[in-house]
Amino acid sequence: MKKYIVETSLSYPKKGAMGKTGSWRVFKPVLDTKKCVKCLRCWISCPEASIHREKDNSVSIDYDFCKGCGICANECNVKAIVMEREKTKGK
Amino acid sequence: MTIMIDTGNRIAAKAAVMAKPEVVAAYPITPQTTLVEAIAEYVARGEYKGEYICVESEHSAMSACIGASAAGSRTFTATSSQGLLLMHEMLHWAALARLPVVMCNVNRVVGPGWNIWVDENDSISQRDTGWIQFYCSSNQEIFDTVIHAFKLAEHEKVVLPVMVNLNAFILSHTSMPAEIPDQNVVDNYLEKYIPKWKLDIDNPTTFGNIIGPAHYYRVRRAMQDAQLNAKKLIPQIAKEWMKLSGYFHGDLLEYYKCDGAEYILLSMGAIGAESKIAIDELQKAGQKIGLARVRVIRPFPVEDIIKLGKQADLVVIDRNISVGLEGALFTEVKAALYGQSDAKATGFIAGLGGKDVTYKDIETMCMKSMKGKVKEQELYGMEE
Repeated sequence: MKKYIVETSLSYPKKGAMGKTGSWRVFKPVLDTKKCVKCLRCWISCPEASIHREKDNSVSIDYDFCKGCGICANECNVKAIVMEREKTKGK
Repeated sequence: MTIMIDTGNRIAAKAAVMAKPEVVAAYPITPQTTLVEAIAEYVARGEYKGEYICVESEHSAMSACIGASAAGSRTFTATSSQGLLLMHEMLHWAALARLPVVMCNVNRVVGPGWNIWVDENDSISQRDTGWIQFYCSSNQEIFDTVIHAFKLAEHEKVVLPVMVNLNAFILSHTSMPAEIPDQNVVDNYLEKYIPKWKLDIDNPTTFGNIIGPAHYYRVRRAMQDAQLNAKKLIPQIAKEWMKLSGYFHGDLLEYYKCDGAEYILLSMGAIGAESKIAIDELQKAGQKIGLARVRVIRPFPVEDIIKLGKQADLVVIDRNISVGLEGALFTEVKAALYGQSDAKATGFIAGLGGKDVTYKDIETMCMKSMKGKVKEQELYGMEE
């Protein structure tokens, strides 16, 4: 990766360039894998790419970076994702 | 080398085209119109081979320049007055993004009332944006300064946008001869532009992302360092150009007959040129007064002003007013002197709204100051 010499607001692509933004979360999406039908609506909709997709289209949530916006829970047609209030702030 | 007898605007256009910017994005506004029209003529004749983008507003003109510069292109635009003010947000953006856009601004009154004559309030009000600002006093200086502007803006120790100011009509629409060097002289002086950062699909970066206070501080400090570097580089760049072209218009200031002077007149732009005649006349009459014409207001030539303050008392003429205080040059000159010199500084605000300022007027102002009849700064030439 070529680095530039001038100091301005440039950032280079890197996982978590802004730190672990999961600490911003107030509500946490909780996935019930038994209800999940692997439709991938949550995976497509997540604005933070915090839904991980496996080879068999099963999904999991990356709590290090999920900010708890709730879009995945709203989009889920089978209510396999519900939002729960975080118990301790920052966890 | 050829001699071109033409208006300030058309000579600025000639310089811009000879610097070979890859992109020009512009929107016409009186009194800048003939400048961008002249560039359009170079496009029509096939003499300018870059991309000429006619945009729908000045905000778009500066935005297009920012986009082009961020993609790694040498970029030029020109505007005036209300157009410059419409760009205001994007002026900050270009400077904070460290994009070496070069722009000519034709100093014109800000409305209302509608008035197209010269006044420097337009560019003076933009001096906190991070742009380097030159003020020219002849068509030759306009040509040379536009070339300098690219060299300075793109210098790796600077990487900031540069504004070249020329006064409406007195320079923009007045024909004067200017020596135009051969293209290869300009090509040798301005090396190929190598961007210090750019948007590049082969080397992806995010630009303009969120940054916290600690990083923002560093961005601002880097800009300040770059402006201070420019202060050292401007004299060097001007001297390099003198070796190639034979023309020199001064460093940050142009000194005129300052030896042994007990008073120094500070003025800018077209008044700066007129001041030379006033100084000639005053010296003929035995007055010990010289001229320091301020060519660059950002970076501000603090050290040079202090040096003048050790030699003489200062008389400052502003063609702008920071309403609620005084003329901007007057304020900044006094700030530079503070604690460094006990020189007395007095001044005038003159030529607002395009009111003519003749050498006779300048003599009158200088005499009034030298006789101790001016307390701080006065408005000169008001008609009741």
